[in-house]
Amino acid sequence: MNRTYELMFIVRPDMPEEEQDKLISTLETAVTSSGGSVHKVERMGKRRLAYTVRKFHDGVYILLTVEGSGPLVHELERRLRVTEPVIKFLTVRIDEAQKRLDKIKKLREAKRKAPPAPAPAETGGETAAVTA
Amino acid sequence: MADETRTTSAEGSTGAGERPERSSERPPDRGGDRNRGPRPGGPGGREGGRKYFRRKKVCKFCVEKIDAIDYKDYRLLGQFVSIESGKIVPRRLTGVCTPHQRRLSTAIKLARNIALLPFSGRAS
Repeated sequence: MNRTYELMFIVRPDMPEEEQDKLISTLETAVTSSGGSVHKVERMGKRRLAYTVRKFHDGVYILLTVEGSGPLVHELERRLRVTEPVIKFLTVRIDEAQKRLDKIKKLREAKRKAPPAPAPAETGGETAAVTA
Repeated sequence: MADETRTTSAEGSTGAGERPERSSERPPDRGGDRNRGPRPGGPGGREGGRKYFRRKKVCKFCVEKIDAIDYKDYRLLGQFVSIESGKIVPRRLTGVCTPHQRRLSTAIKLARNIALLPFSGRAS
């Protein structure tokens, strides 16, 4: 049962780079040890926060895309909650949305490859609607 | 109730076909009759929507075929949020269609939770 999650967390702005790397690698080992996989790690850099969080006005945003089970996410969140420099985190499940997007894209490709087929069907449908 | 029928008729082209038939008795009075109807807050609640519907607003997401509204895209989301108060703007002002408005609203709430957008007040 593999679900894809997006884990975004904010770290204090005064945390040095090496400590950020250490934190990310700790999370990665936790993921792989429980049978998941990390798709990508994205550092979005320092940003001004829209509101004050624990008396900080800026923060470093880090985004982790992880594939794994529900309990794995529970474990990751527990670690983030305990880590002192992490001031906020958010986990979003994205596999359902991704499935829907893929389906829409496939439908669009199919429609684009067969333009003459829908055209006569459309005109037939229009005349039927007018009479009805 | 009057508000619902008004917005649905302003949206689709089929609605535009229906409207002249329904109000054939008093075409110029259409908007005014609704405003003087059971809703006393009618003229105050409609910003810019006088007697006739304003020019048709199209859903930006439908036109550009954007399916996934990402909560990380705060610049796009910021266009649908009031500048002064940070509130989500209703779809009758932005012209967004219902399914996209629902997705947009969840994305804005996610962005607010992760401090990309403010809950209230101006985004500094």
